[in-house]
Amino acid sequence: MNFNRKHLLGIRELEAGEITHLLDTAETFRDISRREIKKVPALRGRTVINLFFESSTRTRTSFEIAAKRLSADAINISVSTSSVSKGETLLDTARNLEAMSPDCIVVRHSMAGAPHHLARMGNAPIVNAGDGSHEHPTQALLDALTIREYKGHIEGLRVAILGDVLHSRVARSNIHLLTKLGATVSIAGPGTLVPAELGELVEQGLRVEKRIEDAIEGADVVMILRIQRERQDAAFFPSMREYAVHFGLKPTHLDRAAPDAIVMHPGPINRGIEIASEIADGSRSLILDQVANGVAVRMAVLYLLAGGGRAELEEKGH
Amino acid sequence: MKLLIANGYVIDPAQGINAGKNLLIEEGRVAGLLDRSEQAPEGVEVLDATGLIVCPGFIDLHAHLREPGAEYKETIATGAAAAVAGGWTTVCAMPNTDPVNDSPAVTRFIIEQAQRAQLANVFPIGAITKGCDGRELSEMGEMKSAGIVAVSDDGRPVPTAGIMRRAMEYARGFDLTVVDHCQDLSLSAGGVMHEGRWSLILGLRGMPAAAEDVHVIRDCVLAKLTGASVHIAHVSTRGALDAIRRARELGLPVTCEVAPHHWTLTDEALADYDTNIKMSPPVRSRDHVAALLEGLRDGTIDAIATDHAPHHADEKALEFDQAPFGITGLETAVGLAFDLVNQGVIDLDRLVSLCSTNPARIFSLQDRGSLSDNAHADVTILDPACEWVFDVASSKSKSRNTPFHGRSMTGAAVATIVGGRVVYLNPNYTRITDTKHLNASTK
Repeated sequence: MNFNRKHLLGIRELEAGEITHLLDTAETFRDISRREIKKVPALRGRTVINLFFESSTRTRTSFEIAAKRLSADAINISVSTSSVSKGETLLDTARNLEAMSPDCIVVRHSMAGAPHHLARMGNAPIVNAGDGSHEHPTQALLDALTIREYKGHIEGLRVAILGDVLHSRVARSNIHLLTKLGATVSIAGPGTLVPAELGELVEQGLRVEKRIEDAIEGADVVMILRIQRERQDAAFFPSMREYAVHFGLKPTHLDRAAPDAIVMHPGPINRGIEIASEIADGSRSLILDQVANGVAVRMAVLYLLAGGGRAELEEKGH
Repeated sequence: MKLLIANGYVIDPAQGINAGKNLLIEEGRVAGLLDRSEQAPEGVEVLDATGLIVCPGFIDLHAHLREPGAEYKETIATGAAAAVAGGWTTVCAMPNTDPVNDSPAVTRFIIEQAQRAQLANVFPIGAITKGCDGRELSEMGEMKSAGIVAVSDDGRPVPTAGIMRRAMEYARGFDLTVVDHCQDLSLSAGGVMHEGRWSLILGLRGMPAAAEDVHVIRDCVLAKLTGASVHIAHVSTRGALDAIRRARELGLPVTCEVAPHHWTLTDEALADYDTNIKMSPPVRSRDHVAALLEGLRDGTIDAIATDHAPHHADEKALEFDQAPFGITGLETAVGLAFDLVNQGVIDLDRLVSLCSTNPARIFSLQDRGSLSDNAHADVTILDPACEWVFDVASSKSKSRNTPFHGRSMTGAAVATIVGGRVVYLNPNYTRITDTKHLNASTK
C-alpha cells in the first residue's frame, strides 16, 4: 500500500498499510543520516515551512534537519500564540505564507484541530507537528520505527504508556498506531489524568489500569509521558512529590516487565519525577534512538507529502 | 382589513380542533373558524390553504437577536425577518446583548425596534441579574412593566443556589418564569464540546453531561423551595430529562425546551473540528439524543426553541477553542421538527403543541398559542409535503453559522401571518386571491 494522502493530520484516520509504508520509507532514509555526506537531492527546489505556534526545540530542529537533508529550503517561523490576540488570525497567517507557494507547511499549535483548519482552508500539504492534546503523528511514527528497530515487529507486543494520557497528543497518536498494528496497549496514571473512559478511545487493544505496576506487568515496551504542566490549568494531582512516589517509573518497576523490555520517553524528561535518572540513562533507555529516528521519519513524511515521490515519478516518465 | 385563510386543515391543540376549517381574521384578531361550507363574506382577501396545515403562530422561546451591541451579527429587523421566513410569528429575545437587557430602557428599545421592523412579535426576556453576571438581581418589576415576558441570564448559568433562590422568589411575585441555562461551571469550565469518547479522540476539553444534570437537579430543588415557575433552556442530557420528569411527578412548575440541533446531531459530527457545530450546551452522544427523542415522544419536553445564535463568519473561522458558541436556527427549526414527524417520533398535533400551544402557556402570553375567537391573529401555515433544501445563501439572517446548509428537508412553514398581516409567503405558494374567486371555484 502507498501513502497517497495530501496531509498528515493524525494517525487515527490512517490504515495499517499506510503506516507500514511510512515506516518502510523512513527506514530507507535512516541510512542517509548515518553517511558522511548526509544529503540527497530528493526535494531540491522545494520549500518547507515550519510554522510553530508553540515553543519546541526538538521537533522543530528535527523537521528542519529532515528538510535540509532532502535538499529542501526550510524556513522556520515561530509565532507566539499571543500574537493571535494582537490581530492576525491563524488563517490569515497561513494564507500569507501560502501566497509564497510553499510545498509543505509543518504546523505545531497549542489548540487541537488547528492543522485541520489550515488543511480545510488552504492549498499546501499540512503536516501536524502536534496540535494541543489531539495528535502528534510523527512522534508516534518515530516511536514505532524505534520499536521495530529493536523488536523487529510491532504486532503482538505489549506496550505500557504511563502518565498524563489525558493531555498527551503523543499518547493518543501512539495508542492509535500501536493498536492498528496489532500491539496491546495498557495505560496507567492518576485517575484524573487517565480516566476510565479513555479505554473507549479505540475499538480494541487498549486497557486502562489504576496502578502503573499493573500496566507494566509483562510489557515489552514502557513509554513514559512527560508531565505537561503547561496544559494543566487546574490541579490534577496533589503534588509533584506524590506524583513521583506513586506514578514515577523506578528501577524496581522494570522487574515486572519482560526481561528485554525497552523504555521510551518523548522528551524533554523531568528527571526524578516521571522517570528515575537511572532508567533514563540506563541501557534499556532508547530516548536518544528515538531522537535519531525522528529525523528519518520526518524525511519520509516530507518526501511523500512535499512532492519528492511525485518528482521521482515525473523523472522516470520524462 | 379582513383575511380568510380558506380550505386549510386547522390544528389547534388548545381547543382540541383538528379539522378542515376556514379561518377568518378581522382587525388583527381571530374572528372565527368557519365550516368550509359556510359562505365567505364578500370583500375579504383570501389566502388559499388547500392541502396545507393552518396552526396558531409558532412561538420561539429562545433566540439571540444581538441588538443592541452586536448589530454586525444580527439586528432585531434581520432576526425578525429570519423568524417569519422560518414560520415563527413570535420570538422571545434573550437579554445577553450589549448593554444587557437588565433595565426598562433596553427593554423598551428592543420593543421599539421590533415595531419598526413590523415582522414578527419580539418579546424581550429580561436579565435575572444585573449584567447577567450572577451577583445582584436586576429590576425585574420595572422591566415587566416595560414588556418583558420572562427572566434569564442565558448564555451564563445562574452560578449559585443562593442567588437563584432569591431570583425565583422575587420573579414569582411578578409572575415571571425564570429561565436557566443549566451548566455547573466548575464541571464544564474550559469545555468546548460534549465530554465523551469523541472529546477524548479529538483532544478537546469536554463539558460533561453531569454539569447539566447537577444544575437542573439544583433548579428543580429550588423550584420546590420557592414555588416559582422554572423553565429549563435547551435541555440536552438524559439526566436533565430524568430530573425534570421527577419534578413533574412531584407537581412542581418545571418546564423545558429542546433545540433542533440537539436531537439532530451527535458529537461524532465534530470529527473535522467544524466550528459551526460548536454550541453550548454541546451536541451530545447518541444515548442523550435517544433520551431527547423519548422526551419529545412522552411529553416531558414542552417546547421546541431555536436557540438562534448568530455569529460573524470571521468569528467562526478561528481555531475550534477560540470560536464562539452558537448556531443560527430560526429558518431550519421547523424543517428539522418535521423530521420528527416524518420519523414517527411525534404527530402534527404534538408539533403544534411544542411550537405554539405550550410556549404561549410557559411564558403566559395572553391570547396567543391558539386560534380561539379574538386571539391575536398569529398564524403559521405548514406544508408537510414540501421538499426543500436549506440554502444558507438565501437566509434572511445576517449570519451564516449553520451546520445545516445543503440539508434536504420534507415539511416547511410556507406562510406566516402576524397580527392578521401576511409577513411571509413562500414564493412557490403565491395563492392570495379574493373571495369572488374562491366562492366561484367552490361552487
